[in-house]
Amino acid sequence: MSTTTHDTIDTAHDEHHHGAPKGLMRWVLTTNHKDIGSLYLWFSFIMFLTGGAMAMVIRAELFQPGLQLVEPNFFNQMTTVHGLVMVFGAVMPAFTGLANWLIPMMIGAPDMALPRMNNWSFWILPFAFTMLLGSLFMEGGGPNFGWTFYAPLSTTYSPDSTALFVFAIHIMGISSIMGAINVVVTIVNMRAPGMPWMKLPLFVWTWLITAFLLIAVMPVLAGAVTMVLTDKFFGTSFFDAAGGGDPVMFQHIFWFFGHPEVYIMILPSFGIISAIVPTFSRKPLFGYSSMVYATASIAILSFLVWAHHMFTTGMPVFAELFFMYCTMLIAVPTGVKVFNWVATMWRGSMTFETPMLFAVAFIILFTIGGFSGLMLAITPADFQYHDTYFVVAHFHYVLVTGAIFSIMAAAYYWLPKWTGNMYSETLGRWHFWCSVISVNVLFFPMHFLGLAGMPRRIPDYAIQFADVNQIVSIGGFAFGLSQLIFLAVVLKCIKGGKPAGDNPWQAADGLEWSIPSPAPYHSFTTPPEIK
Amino acid sequence: MNPTPKSNRKLLTMLILGSIGMFGFGFALVPLYDVLCDTLGINGKTQNTASSYDAVVVDKNRTVTIEFVTQVQSDMPWEFSPKVNQISVHPGELTHAKFLVKNLSAKNIIGQAIPSVSPGQGAAYFNKTECFCFNQQPLAADTSAELPLIFYVNPDLPASINTLTLSYTLYDITDKQAVSAKQGAAR
Ligand code: HEM
Ligand SMILES: [Cu+2]
Repeated sequence: MSTTTHDTIDTAHDEHHHGAPKGLMRWVLTTNHKDIGSLYLWFSFIMFLTGGAMAMVIRAELFQPGLQLVEPNFFNQMTTVHGLVMVFGAVMPAFTGLANWLIPMMIGAPDMALPRMNNWSFWILPFAFTMLLGSLFMEGGGPNFGWTFYAPLSTTYSPDSTALFVFAIHIMGISSIMGAINVVVTIVNMRAPGMPWMKLPLFVWTWLITAFLLIAVMPVLAGAVTMVLTDKFFGTSFFDAAGGGDPVMFQHIFWFFGHPEVYIMILPSFGIISAIVPTFSRKPLFGYSSMVYATASIAILSFLVWAHHMFTTGMPVFAELFFMYCTMLIAVPTGVKVFNWVATMWRGSMTFETPMLFAVAFIILFTIGGFSGLMLAITPADFQYHDTYFVVAHFHYVLVTGAIFSIMAAAYYWLPKWTGNMYSETLGRWHFWCSVISVNVLFFPMHFLGLAGMPRRIPDYAIQFADVNQIVSIGGFAFGLSQLIFLAVVLKCIKGGKPAGDNPWQAADGLEWSIPSPAPYHSFTTPPEIK
Repeated sequence: MNPTPKSNRKLLTMLILGSIGMFGFGFALVPLYDVLCDTLGINGKTQNTASSYDAVVVDKNRTVTIEFVTQVQSDMPWEFSPKVNQISVHPGELTHAKFLVKNLSAKNIIGQAIPSVSPGQGAAYFNKTECFCFNQQPLAADTSAELPLIFYVNPDLPASINTLTLSYTLYDITDKQAVSAKQGAAR
């Protein structure tokens, strides 16, 4: 605490560093990591609601068998754009926003290393999503081939707007790569003097590894969409058998990106949970270094498992077995993490404020998602489960109750630091309990639908699935509405509330808790001293 | 603060080069994939040039079922079918098969058939000494033709494989043929 009070006083004399400039242009031109972090987080929340609205359309259509509300082609556009918006618009920017806000404060740096690039990497995103969402209103409709855009659905059979889809993905990719580069340079070059690697907060570690994953695979995604573009519009035949290409190759290239991508969406969560659980258990994190190694091994293994999405494409038995065992191997470092979190809680003096509630729910529900993943990893079983609602249940457990819950936990945990005010604990708990109950009503029965054979990505279904789909849809509407409570909590917390103080959680450890709340516009302009 | 210190610049350059490298790697996966599939013979692609038939020993003790499957690209106005759907052959035995095509439209169309063998591991043992798929097939409006295939099954075919399914998909390459079909289809 003592390290930082003087640095706010220092800078108060300096005109240039006085505080945030005013007006709209502040946000357009800002290079301040906290401003950009807020922009990312708000953008992510808007996209979360947008993608959520599409999910409501999907669940409304599936409320009953038969076609009632939307055309099948529009239904396909909804599933596609829902997936794209949630992955590239909600989850990834939320993590980048958290990285912007937190990494400099956690490592005692004054800002991100490349502030102007930071501004660019945010501001190109709204254009990408305007383009993607705008394509829904074009003649012929928006992308309707699934977020995985398998060829030939995205080439031979896709709407004209596919070019816009491709450019939107290019821009999102460039944005994430710039964000990732910024994170790497910041962490490598701007740690406070005397901060050793093995003392970095785990959120910083997990983001560093995530950033390398991003740099490794986002360009491959860019390559894949480029090939789709040239196949569709410029007569190449990367994926067209008639011209000597191979549509199965699309799946290999896509999942070479796609599987590391799912870890891009979960590793920062691991960092968040590793920050929250010790605070509310009032014990240091169990097994810090094993957490670092586990994260790194997950990242490396994630390059060796992509074909578990392709078991039914007719691979040789040897390849099926190889990818099956590699996939199962990932469960080991993941299990280490879950074990460490539980061991951290073990005999801790635990309290259950909203961030901790979300963190505990994360640990339990993410583990359920991991288990269904293991079931899917069993090659012969996957022949049955593939492309059914079982897969939908699996990835929503890991992404909604995994990634999104961790983002919620992070928001509650650091809101006092960001705004200077405590959020309303009562409302927070309402948000949590409504979410955790509805999310399970929404996604748990999907396992049974999938096991009973209901295919994914269909607007209509056989009559025997009707009851369960109705329950699922009710859960869906309830979960969607519950998120409005979150919006209320955040707005209320920005407006006012009990003053948070430097360290509202008492037991919270880390440099960000040593500076005042709300965190001053410029923090750590002189590096803190590390004890 | 100095906007971009030297250490940042160096790391930045490396990371940007890394991303560009990975973009290139994405495209390098294309030839890599072809080479891998070719050498391992795993994706059902058969060889694209005529194989020779000499000094092949016929294995009279074994019979293998050959099934023929045909498909036409969905909007192509041709009919395409095998003359017989299924035959039994001895490994090493040179066999003739015929396929019928008919152009139902009032336009001249150039077709290209792409073969694929299932199970994929059997593809390497399916040898064609003559195949209409080696060439493009121009067909005048409203005419039909009989297309020849001469093949033998390599006697080294693993014992676990008793049936080979040869599937042809016929594509309309009238518009495309100038661009890439020629070198491409031959792959
Ligand atoms: C123990 C860990 C995990 C295992 C063993 C596992 C395994 C699998 C398998 C085998 C599939 C393919 C299922 C099929 O299409 O038939 C799959 C799909 C999927 N997984 Fe996981 N998974 C794990 C963790 C995760 C995590 C952490 C995430 C993301 C945060 C994730 C996201 C997804 C997504 C999005 C899909 C579906 C992609 C699509 O087809 O649209 N998985 N998983
Ligand atoms: Cu995967």
